[in-house]
Amino acid sequence: MKLAIKLAYRNLIGAGLRTWLNVIVLSFSFVVIIWLKGVMTGWDHQAKTDMTNWEIGGGQYWHEAYDPYDPFTLSESHAPVPGEFLAAVAAGEMEPVLITQANIYPEGRMMQVMLRGINPDQSIFQLPTRLLDSATDATPAIIGAMMAKTSHLSAGDYVTLRWRDANGTFDATDILICGIFNASVPAIDAGQVYIALDKLQEMLLLPGEATIVTFRSSDLPRQEVAGWVLKTSEELTRQVDEMIKTKSAGQSILYGILLLLAMLAIFDTQVLSIFRRQKEIGTYIALGYTRQQVVGLFTVEGSMHAILAAVVAAAYGLPFLAWQAKAGWTMPVDTSEFGMAIAQTLYPVYSLGLVITTIVIVTITTTIVSYLPSRKIAKMNPTDALRGKLQ
Amino acid sequence: MENNSIIITNNLFKRFPMGKEEFTALRGISLHFGNGEFAGLIGPSGSGKTTLLNILGSLDVPSEGEALVLGRSIGKLNARQAARLRKENIGFIFQSYNLLAVHTVYENVEFPLLLLNLPSAERHRMTMEALEWVGLTDKIRSKPPQLSGGQCQRVAIARAMVKKPSLVLADEPTANLDASNSHHILQTMETLNRELKTTFIFATHDEKVISYLHRKIFLLDGRVDKDEIIRSN
Repeated sequence: MKLAIKLAYRNLIGAGLRTWLNVIVLSFSFVVIIWLKGVMTGWDHQAKTDMTNWEIGGGQYWHEAYDPYDPFTLSESHAPVPGEFLAAVAAGEMEPVLITQANIYPEGRMMQVMLRGINPDQSIFQLPTRLLDSATDATPAIIGAMMAKTSHLSAGDYVTLRWRDANGTFDATDILICGIFNASVPAIDAGQVYIALDKLQEMLLLPGEATIVTFRSSDLPRQEVAGWVLKTSEELTRQVDEMIKTKSAGQSILYGILLLLAMLAIFDTQVLSIFRRQKEIGTYIALGYTRQQVVGLFTVEGSMHAILAAVVAAAYGLPFLAWQAKAGWTMPVDTSEFGMAIAQTLYPVYSLGLVITTIVIVTITTTIVSYLPSRKIAKMNPTDALRGKLQ
Repeated sequence: MENNSIIITNNLFKRFPMGKEEFTALRGISLHFGNGEFAGLIGPSGSGKTTLLNILGSLDVPSEGEALVLGRSIGKLNARQAARLRKENIGFIFQSYNLLAVHTVYENVEFPLLLLNLPSAERHRMTMEALEWVGLTDKIRSKPPQLSGGQCQRVAIARAMVKKPSLVLADEPTANLDASNSHHILQTMETLNRELKTTFIFATHDEKVISYLHRKIFLLDGRVDKDEIIRSN
């Protein structure tokens, strides 16, 4: 084996340009696969961080009737904030949010929204809720950039808000958009309008009530509370994991195509080598190799492309990947309309496991692809091979 | 085995399939080669000389009869045993040199020693010694495409001789060389034969080679037509 590696290395280096072309194609596969996987990991990491910062905090208690996918549950999904939460709420470690359905009428059009009441002094979310504390002639409200775009509302705009209170009575008032925030979490932006919690409780005739209660720290043990369902951050981000998993599966097709291209080059080289190097094969046999040993030599030669490619990939890939991890990858299109938690700039995150797995997979694939055409050697007649006679 | 014989062939036949027919390349060859012979298989194309050389080199097996090389019956060797016989005891010289083009002269000559797993220092000593025999110590870093035909064949001789084999089989070694280079090569091989007592068997129809041979075996249509000993070793 040691000898095969030595000879394979000599043969590859001696083959010059042919070797380096294959190696460069293969190294490209290494870098792209690691980079794309890194982007996915980075996206996952970023999406979870953004969700934590903007939407779910360290976890939540949901009113038992609350179903975010069924707006009709909203009229029933509220209750007074449980007594055991009050101290934490007062300390700012828990934040109640009341949610109801409402309509706004921007430019005379009716638009259905989710109206969220949130404490202006809260510090669990990155939402600029301090703006809700403004003294204005209308109810201060904040919306996300995506919502502003779809509703054609800008900061300083007034818009009519209509809602139904706890008794089912319709009421309406003007709200003033006093701030527009940018967040990469669509769930807290699209179709959402934020006003002060006490104001919404007053409007709905539900004093002291909430739909969800978010806590800051995910580290503390949480207990079950009657009428409320505990949702840990793992449960709340599971959807992101599943989405990333789906995306990763889709990306595997891209890896497959990339690998296929690289493997095609290796396969082609191997077939060409066996065709062109018949005399050399015969010579190896004449000098004391068995045909199986020559098959081994050619297989090692082919798989050594992957090793050289890893070295070449490290040479230009490491600076590139490090730069990407720092500068990030800014998507060429506006991501706010993707409908998923995705930032405009994604920062790839790489792990040693990712690098090692990629190298192992590419090397094994290259070895298999190198071995397949090399099997032909085992059927060669050495005396014909020595003469370079086509077989 | 006869006294001092390193090769014995007994009623050797070799047949090749040709479509539905068979072509018989060797028809009952019975020969003995002693240690240190400088012999040649002479004959026109198709007379069976290369086929016989391939069998003696354990690159091919006889269809019938027996070929004993260094006491081993070629027809009974498995692939591994045949490879071992070639690796340890037989050197080959080919008409078109068959050097490894991407390896340097040094690496080409060192190659058989690598297969023998010799230590690096020993390999270096033996490689340089073989290159000295053929006068190419100044070309160790050159690659075959940078050498002339004569130089390439000298590298091939050094490669065949570097492990000091008992037997060297040379198939038309001068066919691609001019007269001057041919004589140079043949003188080198004759010297090595004399000094190292290595048995050389040539397959040739080149008059220049024939003039150097100590024993001439004429083949015709796969049979030994004449076996002349010119000079005994």
